[in-house]
Amino acid sequence: MVLEAISRSGRLSLLDKLYEINWGVMLLIGAVAAVGFVMLYSAAGGSIDPWASRQMVRFGVGVGILLVFAMIEPRLWLQLAYPAYGFALVLLIAVEVAGTTGMGATRWIDLKVIQLQPSELMKITLALALARYYHTLAQERVSHPLYLLPALAFIALPVVLVLRQPDLGTALLLSVVGIAVIFLAGLSWRYIIAAGVAGIAAIPIIWEFLHPYQRERVFTFLDPSRDPLGAGYHTTQAKIALGSGGVWGKGFMEGTQSHLNFLPEKQTDFIFVMLSEEFGLIGGLTLMALYTLLLGFIVLVAIGLRHQFGRLLVAALGVNFFLYVFINVAMVMGLIPVVGVPLPLVSYGGSAMLVIMAGFGLLMSMYVHRHEELPRGGRLL
Amino acid sequence: MALDDRDQHKQNAFSRRAAILGGGQLALFAVLAGRMYYLQVIESQQYEILAEENRVNVRLLPPLRGEIVDRFGEKLASNRQNFRVVLIPEQTDDVAATLDRLGEIVPITQRTRNRVLKDARQKRGFVPQTVAENLDWQTFAEVNIHTPNLPGLQPEVGDTRHYPYGEDLAHVVGYVAAVSDKDLDGEDDPLLQLPGFRVGRSGVERLLEHDLRGRAGNSRVEVNAYGRVIRELAKVPGTPGEEAVLTLDMDIQRYATERVRGESASVVVMDVTTGELVAIVSAPGFDPNLFNVGLTQSQWDALTKDALNPLVNKTLAGQYPPGSTYKMIIALAALEAGTVSPEHLVTCRGKVSLGSHAFHCWKRGGHGPMDMVRAIQQSCNVYFYDIGRRVGIDKIEEMSRRFGLGTQVAVDMAGEKPGLVPSRGWKRATTGVSWQQGETLNAAIGQGYVLTTPIQLATMAARMANGGKAVRPWLVRSVGGRARPVPQAESLNIAPEHLAVIQQGMDAVVNVPRGTAYRSRLPLEGVAMAGKTGTALVRRITLEERARGVLKNDQLPWKFRDHGLFVGYGPVSDPRYAICVIVDHGGGGSSAAAPVAKDVMTRVLTRDPMRLAAYQQRPAGGGGNSGDVSASAAALSGQG
Repeated sequence: MVLEAISRSGRLSLLDKLYEINWGVMLLIGAVAAVGFVMLYSAAGGSIDPWASRQMVRFGVGVGILLVFAMIEPRLWLQLAYPAYGFALVLLIAVEVAGTTGMGATRWIDLKVIQLQPSELMKITLALALARYYHTLAQERVSHPLYLLPALAFIALPVVLVLRQPDLGTALLLSVVGIAVIFLAGLSWRYIIAAGVAGIAAIPIIWEFLHPYQRERVFTFLDPSRDPLGAGYHTTQAKIALGSGGVWGKGFMEGTQSHLNFLPEKQTDFIFVMLSEEFGLIGGLTLMALYTLLLGFIVLVAIGLRHQFGRLLVAALGVNFFLYVFINVAMVMGLIPVVGVPLPLVSYGGSAMLVIMAGFGLLMSMYVHRHEELPRGGRLL
Repeated sequence: MALDDRDQHKQNAFSRRAAILGGGQLALFAVLAGRMYYLQVIESQQYEILAEENRVNVRLLPPLRGEIVDRFGEKLASNRQNFRVVLIPEQTDDVAATLDRLGEIVPITQRTRNRVLKDARQKRGFVPQTVAENLDWQTFAEVNIHTPNLPGLQPEVGDTRHYPYGEDLAHVVGYVAAVSDKDLDGEDDPLLQLPGFRVGRSGVERLLEHDLRGRAGNSRVEVNAYGRVIRELAKVPGTPGEEAVLTLDMDIQRYATERVRGESASVVVMDVTTGELVAIVSAPGFDPNLFNVGLTQSQWDALTKDALNPLVNKTLAGQYPPGSTYKMIIALAALEAGTVSPEHLVTCRGKVSLGSHAFHCWKRGGHGPMDMVRAIQQSCNVYFYDIGRRVGIDKIEEMSRRFGLGTQVAVDMAGEKPGLVPSRGWKRATTGVSWQQGETLNAAIGQGYVLTTPIQLATMAARMANGGKAVRPWLVRSVGGRARPVPQAESLNIAPEHLAVIQQGMDAVVNVPRGTAYRSRLPLEGVAMAGKTGTALVRRITLEERARGVLKNDQLPWKFRDHGLFVGYGPVSDPRYAICVIVDHGGGGSSAAAPVAKDVMTRVLTRDPMRLAAYQQRPAGGGGNSGDVSASAAALSGQG
């Protein structure tokens, strides 16, 4: 194949690469983001300000990052994997030292221009680092205990730092993403089953380490009526909003729960509830269908790649993306405790949007260069 | 294909694991979809209700309270506009400064000021606080003009209860006041929870509370999570309370009130056949409007410490010894029991002795020989000591009860005291001592244990006037246009000839010279009033004082003076109205009470000229019995 020949020589022109971008998926991403714009317009009471306009700008910047990332060859990502991970780790330590505190947790680092949340960055760099690690590791060594340890260390370092902030949600997310990569790399089932048993056994121990507010969240989740005007208020009002939306919803800008401010955080974490209140079950399922299509595309891209680095990286990004959606939607529907996880591409918020778009940039880079191969050893082309 | 086998192997392994992971993700998404279906389809209705409850707030609209009018439609209790000023704290930057500026127009007490400032801090900024109310039109207009300079202040017009006759009717109509915890017991009308709502606290206002109150309307408003009203969704106006028509004639009521102004007195006028109350005056009154607005401590103190007891409705709750007005009961008891005949003669020598105790007549020298009619006419105590002792306390008690004494007689008035008709059983039960004959003698002149209320005495007079029918006084003619059933008066089964003797005696009291109320006969041609005076002692006359000469009332401090009583009816020929007048510590019945009764009865009988003419055309006109009494008087003097 001609293309294959060209790709192997690594001589795709910029125009060729742009042509190779999956524009259908770009449209899909745009559609999901557009749902966000529409809901933010409604949340502001029928105004593009203050949320929808800024979100559009961020999305524009995100698209730019995506396109730039997509042009970069996988081997460069492979090279950058460890340094990027190291950089993110340093930033996490910097947060520990000089971070600003918001909402009772130190998560932000003020770079004057933008407020950076290093834990967000870590979600991508951890995937990069682990993918690189397993890329170079021989298949038969994946299940060797000695070679499992470095992978666990890659996960544990940022998780411990994030837990200290404290940010239980992100720590769990990072852990799950890392474990997923190890799982996909082909770790023996014996380990997986053993880890599962150990994990269940560890729940009481983890409980001891939880902060009181975190425990309270779990209690409130188990019984929202415990504190209907306090911590359970979010869950209760969100369920009322969702349920009252019914099948067809109350209509655009007609959501009483959201517009009369009964629904908290309607433009950020609880935006899915607002969508479901105004557009009903149909609206909610439509958005879920868009997410499913995106995730399906991610899996297909991953399976089709010719190198373990790309496969694991794409799959890890997919798991990350999935977790965002699942945790957010499950949370607003009262299935899991309230944790601060935004709905990707839809919730108002700069940091998350840029990280998600950067992730799609990496994904698209793999897709554009899907016919290339990467040698396993340290030798780089 | 240039992929090496190792990578092929890796790729296959990855694909299997990726499929497992992808499947897991799909399954979890399916769980989410299931949850969405559960919330939005299965449980949807329940959440719809909850969302509506969140969003919609029902505000009560108080109904207009029903008016109370007299028999001619004259308004006795109505509603008037209440001009008030409310403050919405969030509309002003500086609540204190706004209050200062308002203070230049409307005086604001320090208490109000502190309350408003406190509420403004503690409550949500859009909750209106009442700053001043019941303003007069002038002041209200001034506030209206200045509203541009008074940020946050809003002039408002509400409704409030108004009593045009003020204290003249306070006891009958009653008043409304703020809801108390007691009112909330067993009541679930949400209106009671409304701030500023008023309920009837006494009189007709209390008796007919449920009819007068009306039904609350409501306004459904949409509110946001903080309770601020976004818009009104629907409005259902309330149903105003029903109009109550009383049997009162405001003209008579006002006249009687004016007649006893300055005194502590009661006047009751009732229809002898129907029992309708024409006037029911307890003086002095109090201004019921004050209770609606809320009394100040000094106003309250002034009312409670007033020696004239303005807060007590004396017509119902004032219990007085009936004095000589009780003598008709003794006479009837004796006649009905067959103990004496009307012709029975007793010679009055000024006193009688019972054991070591002397019982005196009011006339020191004695009345000489007395028959029943003359004894009533001149109110001879010795005559009634005699027949009272003959008939005994049991018959007296029985007759008292037949005429409504000792029980609550009013059909539809609250707060009535039962009075007291003593009996052997009562004495033994309360004091443990058996009945003494001397006590019968005391009872025979309406002293001692006997207690009656003005409304009972009026009822007694009515039953004597109407030929012995058990009429009962009532006040509410109709509510909401529906007439109240007129209570049917049963016969008391008293021989007409016996009643005729009593009526003859009462006629003589007023219309024959030497009658105790002769000076108070009506100044009308052909129409007369019959009656009986009474004097209730409030102190004991000691032997010593009697020896020195009984002190005249004007020599005594006010509170030791006798109560003056008068019961009567008119016109004599065709009795239609019964009257009872009691002037507390007014002195004797003939000097204090009878003149009031004369004036009020004159007013009653001349109120309708057509009717007056009808009374006058009766062949047996007023004073028709006077001839007989003169004859018997002549006969007696011949004997004496």
